[in-house]
Amino acid sequence: MSTENNVSRRDFLKTTGIAAGTLVGGGLIGGLVGYNMNGKGTATLDHGNGTTNEATGSPKAKMFFMNERDFSVLSNATERIFPEDDLGPGAIGLDVPYFIDHQLAGQYGSNSKEYMHGPFAEGAPTQGYQSRLTRAEIFKQGVQKIEAEAQNRFKKGFSDLEGKQMDEILTAFQKGEIQMSGVTSAFFFILLRAATLEGAYADPMYGGNRNMDGWRMKGFPGHQMTYATQIEDAKFQKIEPNPLGNH
Amino acid sequence: MVTTLPSVDVVTVGVGWTGGIVAAECSKAGLKVVGLERGQKRGTEDYLNVHDEYRYAIRYDIMQNLSKETVSFRNNSKMRALPMRQLGSFLLGEGLGGSGTHWNGMSYRFLPYDFQIKTLTDERYGPNKLDPDYLLQDWALTYDQLEPYFDKFEKTAGISGEDKNPFAGKRANPFPTPPMKMTPMLEQFEKAAKNLKLSPYMVPSANVSEVYKNPDGETINACQYCGFCERFGCEYGAKSSAEITVVPTALKTGNFDLRFNSNVVEILKQGNKVTGVKYIDTISGEEFIQPANVVVLTSYVFNNAKLLMISNIGQPYDPTTGKGTLGRNYCYQILPGAAGFFDEQYNTFMGAGSLGMTVDDYNGDNFDHSELDFIHGGNIALTQTGTRPIGSNPTPPDTPTWGPEFKKQSIHYYTRSFGIGAQGASMPHKENYMSLDTVYKDAYGLPLMQLTYNFTDQDRALHKFISARAADIMKEMGAKTIVPSAEITDYNIVPYQTTHNTGGTVMSSTPENGVVNNYLQHWDVENLFAVSAGNFAHNSGYNPTGTLGALAYRCAEGIINYSKSGGSLV
Ligand SMILES: Cc1cc2nc3c(=O)[nH]c(=O)nc-3n(C[C@H](O)[C@H](O)[C@H](O)COP(=O)(O)OP(=O)(O)OC[C@H]3O[C@@H](n4cnc5c(N)ncnc54)[C@H](O)[C@@H]3O)c2cc1C
Ligand code: SF4
Repeated sequence: MSTENNVSRRDFLKTTGIAAGTLVGGGLIGGLVGYNMNGKGTATLDHGNGTTNEATGSPKAKMFFMNERDFSVLSNATERIFPEDDLGPGAIGLDVPYFIDHQLAGQYGSNSKEYMHGPFAEGAPTQGYQSRLTRAEIFKQGVQKIEAEAQNRFKKGFSDLEGKQMDEILTAFQKGEIQMSGVTSAFFFILLRAATLEGAYADPMYGGNRNMDGWRMKGFPGHQMTYATQIEDAKFQKIEPNPLGNH
Repeated sequence: MVTTLPSVDVVTVGVGWTGGIVAAECSKAGLKVVGLERGQKRGTEDYLNVHDEYRYAIRYDIMQNLSKETVSFRNNSKMRALPMRQLGSFLLGEGLGGSGTHWNGMSYRFLPYDFQIKTLTDERYGPNKLDPDYLLQDWALTYDQLEPYFDKFEKTAGISGEDKNPFAGKRANPFPTPPMKMTPMLEQFEKAAKNLKLSPYMVPSANVSEVYKNPDGETINACQYCGFCERFGCEYGAKSSAEITVVPTALKTGNFDLRFNSNVVEILKQGNKVTGVKYIDTISGEEFIQPANVVVLTSYVFNNAKLLMISNIGQPYDPTTGKGTLGRNYCYQILPGAAGFFDEQYNTFMGAGSLGMTVDDYNGDNFDHSELDFIHGGNIALTQTGTRPIGSNPTPPDTPTWGPEFKKQSIHYYTRSFGIGAQGASMPHKENYMSLDTVYKDAYGLPLMQLTYNFTDQDRALHKFISARAADIMKEMGAKTIVPSAEITDYNIVPYQTTHNTGGTVMSSTPENGVVNNYLQHWDVENLFAVSAGNFAHNSGYNPTGTLGALAYRCAEGIINYSKSGGSLV
């Protein structure tokens, strides 16, 4: 059903250079320019979302975050969680911050499928999420607390810190050491980490996992119709990934 | 205003596997059946875009919408119960097919031992093997009595398997379709298990191995090993579920009226009989009364018990006096196991929900417990279900949970690691039960079902023992690093474990000992039936649906008999 499509799509990406990011619009996330990761230079800011329809619209517009500082804090925090390395892109290169932004603007952010009726009470950890806050509210507060903590500890914005300093702050959040309202910082960190991995590995139609590079690094072939003829093979199968909507 | 509709012979509350089976059998027998399902219509054509881990496996698109209804939970009766605000520990079903749409399809029969657990335990180990706080009881049926119904369910679902398990109960017939394909991982497991003198066999599977036509004339297609099975619907119509088998069978008779967006809020009762149910159209908000000669609760473990409690039918269990049976014997499962990290790369992303090899040598009473401080055990299996990249980030011990090392290791081991897992049987305990919440309500103003549940000493001992056995197999398979599951402490409702909740509406041989008889007919109300894994007096070391499907066929037979002659069926 999809093999032909697959090949032609791959060729299309090669010939247009979209995969290499030559259709750069630039400027959109200017707040990130100059962001220094382990002294390895700036994060790439090119476009191309890895799905069809590259030429129209921009998946790199914000639906949730309202200013560049907050978005940049989010971006840098996710990059520390899932950094660029010799295997491939990190969270920023995979467009994870946009993925999270878009998710926060929707059902995920407003907890529309969760039980959100009171009374709210602090439960035991075995009872799970008991906050009156939605995920959108938790992220907004959390990101601002990260920034405040950077000012507090290092008298600098979070996005201007060294990697090690960022990690120190994120670790404090992870350990629940930062005071947040209506939620623990440990819970916020769990959400942040989970959302980062979701953005790295969800189908690219959600705006993350750009070029399916998350999948490619991991050796996951995305949406394939069948493995009936390969499942018995002893050999590891390297299969070029396929996104949804391509069949 | 409530609209009263024309009366029918049978009404079922919910249309998953149990509701679908009851509907198919009763409508084939000429009874007029109405199926009320709170969720939506759906079928194979709706699953074409199902290869989407984020939407279905992470954001739970086809599961119960908790904004309308959930359960509340506490570990013990001294704690304040709080709502399960997000899905986690179990993934409840909603919509046609219920959770049988997003199940894996592993389709076992419980062991003969399970049905006579109290008698056989006392016989072999004396009466004091377990502390009296464990409410162990025999079921109201033996394996042999249930065998014809097992057979019927397996034929309807086209279960693929091999009759190689020396511990299994006797089968009248072979599996209707051959076992699934063998993979390198499974071969390695089989070899290791044999080296350890265990008896491996292929997991009986509702991911059907070849095109199959069932006795009702429904066709189930051949599994494609696509890897999007557990938590997803099947785009091929290859995973047996109510919507591709029993529901079309029921509809073909012309006797089945299937209504969606119909949430039942009460069982109506007059004297010692029920007269029908009240439901709300969740779209229009209108209320309806559906009168019926027979009411069948097929709304899963929690809502079967909840509807009985709300409608004041039967005596709720009181843990302080030990009186009452409704809500008693709530059990879950425990998941012992061991993770293995390998040098070789495996096609872990390929697979099917029930593709696996298993051993029963440490299940049931298949091994000697004389020197052990627990009874029962679990089936130990390697399953290749299709490892998903968001949800699966395995790292060897001591790897940080984020940052460069995490990224490197989780990517490296995504295709170089897997787990051997067991489903540990869980025994009922007097402190573990279901009741109505006194604070939190659902979207219809009804109390939430409240769970008071914790793991017991029996669970902890069993978990430790079986995890070590899983690690033995992993070692024999040649894993470079082996990590047995950490010992369990308190039950936690957050991480997914299994949707194998049981008990609360137990089947029993006397009215004192349970809620329904062995036709799943209510002891106090002869025209009311309740079928779900809630009927299990304890939970076994297997997935429940094979046994549950058999009980649903038994229940349907009871309803058909009752409709002819009335009265108590036992
Ligand atoms: C991810 C996952 C994997 C699983 N894998 C396996 C497996 O491999 N093997 C196995 O044996 N089992 C497995 N299970 C369990 C299996 O799905 C269940 O045992 C089985 O589907 C239960 O069938 P049921 O008919 O009792 O309930 P359900 O399937 O839950 O059906 C109940 C129906 O009732 C409806 N309902 C509830 N309340 C009301 C109301 N008030 N009014 C109207 N309708 C209502 C619900 O919407 C639902 O559709 C798995 C479950 C999950 C979630
Ligand atoms: S693995 Fe098989 S049964 Fe499961 S969804 Fe894919 S094709 Fe269907």
